[in-house]
Amino acid sequence: MTSNPALAVNTRPWTDPNAQPFISIRNITKRFGDFTAVNDVSLDIYRSELFCLLGGSGCGKSTLLRMLSGFETPTSGKILIDGQDMAGVPADRRPTNMMFQSYALFPHMSVEKNVAYGLLREGKSKAEAAERAAEMLKLVKLDSFARRKPHQLSGGQRQRVALARALAKQPKVLLLDEPLGALDKKLREETQFELINIQETLGVTFIVVTHDQDEAMTLATRIGVMTDGVIAQIGEPREIYETPKSRFVADFIGSVNLFEGRVGPAAPDLMRVETEDLGSVSVPSAPGLTQGQTVWLAMRPERVWLTREPKPGAVNSVPGVVMDMGYVGHMSSYMVRLANGRQVRVTQANESRRDNPISWDESVHVSFEPGDFRVLTQ
Amino acid sequence: MSAAPDSPARRKLALSPAMIIAPLVVIALMLVRRWLFLPEDLVLLIGAALLFAFGGFVLGKLVGLPDRWIVIAVPMLWLFVFFLVPFFVLGRISLAETMIARPPYSPLWERGDDGGIEIIASLENYRFLLSDALYVNAYLSSLKIAGISTIFALLIGYPIAYYIARSPEPRRSILLLLVILPFWTSFLLRVYAWIGFLRREGVINNVLTWAGIIDEPLVMMQTDFAVYIGIVYTYLPFMILPLYANLVKLDGALLEAASDLGASPVTTFLTVTLPLSVPGIIAGSMLVFIPAIGEYVIPALLGGPDTLMIGRILWDEFFSARDWPVASAVAIVMLVLVVLPIMWLQSVQNRQEVQE
Amino acid sequence: MRRGWFLPLFATLGFGFLYAPIVSLIVFSFNESRLVTVWGGFSTRWYGELISDGQLLEAAWVSLKIATISASLAVVIGTLAAFVLTRFARFRGKLLLTGMVTAPLVMPEVIIGLSLLLLFVAMEGMLGWPAGRGMTTVIIAHSTFCAAYVAVIAQSRLRDMDESLEEAARDLGAGPVRVFFDITLPVIAPALVSGWLLAFTLSLDDLVIASFVSGPGASTLPMVIFSKVRLGVSPDVNALATIIIGIVALAVTVAGILLMRQTRRAR
Repeated sequence: MTSNPALAVNTRPWTDPNAQPFISIRNITKRFGDFTAVNDVSLDIYRSELFCLLGGSGCGKSTLLRMLSGFETPTSGKILIDGQDMAGVPADRRPTNMMFQSYALFPHMSVEKNVAYGLLREGKSKAEAAERAAEMLKLVKLDSFARRKPHQLSGGQRQRVALARALAKQPKVLLLDEPLGALDKKLREETQFELINIQETLGVTFIVVTHDQDEAMTLATRIGVMTDGVIAQIGEPREIYETPKSRFVADFIGSVNLFEGRVGPAAPDLMRVETEDLGSVSVPSAPGLTQGQTVWLAMRPERVWLTREPKPGAVNSVPGVVMDMGYVGHMSSYMVRLANGRQVRVTQANESRRDNPISWDESVHVSFEPGDFRVLTQ
Repeated sequence: MSAAPDSPARRKLALSPAMIIAPLVVIALMLVRRWLFLPEDLVLLIGAALLFAFGGFVLGKLVGLPDRWIVIAVPMLWLFVFFLVPFFVLGRISLAETMIARPPYSPLWERGDDGGIEIIASLENYRFLLSDALYVNAYLSSLKIAGISTIFALLIGYPIAYYIARSPEPRRSILLLLVILPFWTSFLLRVYAWIGFLRREGVINNVLTWAGIIDEPLVMMQTDFAVYIGIVYTYLPFMILPLYANLVKLDGALLEAASDLGASPVTTFLTVTLPLSVPGIIAGSMLVFIPAIGEYVIPALLGGPDTLMIGRILWDEFFSARDWPVASAVAIVMLVLVVLPIMWLQSVQNRQEVQE
Repeated sequence: MRRGWFLPLFATLGFGFLYAPIVSLIVFSFNESRLVTVWGGFSTRWYGELISDGQLLEAAWVSLKIATISASLAVVIGTLAAFVLTRFARFRGKLLLTGMVTAPLVMPEVIIGLSLLLLFVAMEGMLGWPAGRGMTTVIIAHSTFCAAYVAVIAQSRLRDMDESLEEAARDLGAGPVRVFFDITLPVIAPALVSGWLLAFTLSLDDLVIASFVSGPGASTLPMVIFSKVRLGVSPDVNALATIIIGIVALAVTVAGILLMRQTRRAR
């Protein structure tokens, strides 16, 4: 295992402008006939990262992964792994290994043969391969299942065999296509942390493709949100959630209320935005906005205040009526209709056993802190 | 962390076992050939094919062709030479004249006076087919016999398939096996079995006479009736299997839903089961109709002299009359009128399935 | 659903229709009398005559050889064709190959037989090969049309197969040839076995094509049987049929038991 000095110094190499990317994707485009699956994507991934490509089906995330593994050839653009250009390198000679969504365990081989397969292909002796396979199976806690066939394992066990097999060759990069997609919810949550542990133990760079935002948020050092073949935003999970760059990202990660408005007169600290739904609201001023420009205000439901009486001292407050509510245990979610008919999603934490929670048809006041708005221009 | 050593040399070597195996197979075949009485030219043909495959592979590598070209070329070439080219020969000979010669048709081409190649072709054989009512009637009669047989096979096969599909395991598997079993036994012998049943002193006449139902034995052999029986009997499994495969997939909840909504069993069958099984009906009918239309053995063994079927006409034209060009013309007409439409229908059907 | 009387009765009659001729075939093979349909007492004399019928035995041997070789060749050609059609996205002549693989399934046997014979005759005239007709020409004919059946079976198995299995092997460092032999072939092996069996049966059963392309000294079993039964019923054919049915029933039973055991183990 190569030790990475950078890792000790800086666990967030992407914040360092001088850091060398380990995988460099440069202006990659992939077309299938008339359809552009991946459109001019550039992306740098650093050593020992756990990078998540997040997006809906057909957004191009799997195609990007398959270009990294060598199963698809880019129409244009370049992929560098550890400084080496991957153009023309077939899948069987790339320093990457892949964990498939279906796991793709060879049904006619035992678990240990599956894990040893890649080792034998790189010319290791049978004994060497068997030893290493046993080691890997121990890592994923399946050493007692070595002689079983894949169909004799549970879904979770198969997932771990697939992981062991992909890691056995000590790839520079491990590509994981929906690694937890086939597991049920509870198992998925447990496995997430196991996956992080293994990644941290081995220090291998992981690139995970997923459509599940919770999974991405839990696993990733950084997330790349993809839509329509382009990357909408790259950032750490907190960054993506708190400061989305576009309406798409804001809406895709978690839920959000979006209000369209026009920028009012400039002010040093707070500026005003004229909206149809909320009237004139104060938001933190952002650079680069001109008066009269159309913007969107994004507001997370859990940041909204919901009170029966107007909240004293609130800068932005509008009256409304509760149209609908749902009790989810740790919180309740509300749909509040404003005067102009617009509905606002609000969630309130159920911190205490309040004897008198707000309920249907009540008249309420909805208040917003200026700093909780995120001003979006696209 | 180290990647696999990049070793094209080892990669090339990995091919060498295959290249050793190829000649070994030929040598082994040559050795056992005498013992198994295999014809020499067959072994040579296989050897040539192997040589072509491996030689082509190596050659392709040297020239820089992608590896896959040889994988495509082997089946392509085989089928081209032994399946497609014959039809061109067939077409050519259908334009030739019958001659008393070996082979019994006019040469495919002749040297002209100026040394060039002259091809003489005439549509005489086709004109002959049109002028003789025998051939036109045989085509129509084949369509009729195949069509009626298909309908009967459907009427008999559908309830059986339905019954099997609705049977609980293990009865279902056993019944299914019983349907498939006759297919693995000789087709010829199964047709032959009906001779013993249908002839004048056959099982049916014996039983009926013994029971006092008839005084005179019924004439069943050498009639169209016997041909229908033979076709339905032979191809019934081909009707049952696709129908079964379709009906077994039918969701029982659909039937329950229909009866829950007030449909009687008959209405349920007519409005739910039957429409959903149309793909099975089409598949099964195709599997019966297609072989039935060109059938030779059944009309030859069970039919009478007046049972006209086009396969039989072609056979007699070839073997009895030794008129190869006319036989070829019959085949070409059959190809154009029967086979091509069926292939077209199937490709349309496939495209529809792909779209769904 | 109410259990009606119609379906069971109809199915019983249907199976009766399927099996009555076969049963009578077997029963009368043990008939002493030469008249196939009149019972003249139990006897095994027709089996004795069968064994001493050199022509029939010779034909059976020829047929077995032809069927074995044709089925094996058909599996090779059919598997290659199926692999090419399912795994290679686009290449020149794909449509042609698709057509050549599906056409034999709908082609009347008389046309296949006649056209191949004409090819062989024309080739002999031009190239001098094949010299006359016999076992080789029958094998070529059978392996060609059986290849289409094998291709259909192999194609559907290849389509159902999870392609990521092959990709996983590539990913783990196996070259394309290696992947085919390590992964693809073992996974589709059961389909190829049934393809081989189907091809074997088709070849063993074929009368029409063999009649066209066979030559002197290479009469297949169906050809000999056909010439016998054309002249009317003959009890030794009954005996032969009984033996064939016995072998098939035995093979199917054994295969069924093996299959059942395998599925039980798979669980």
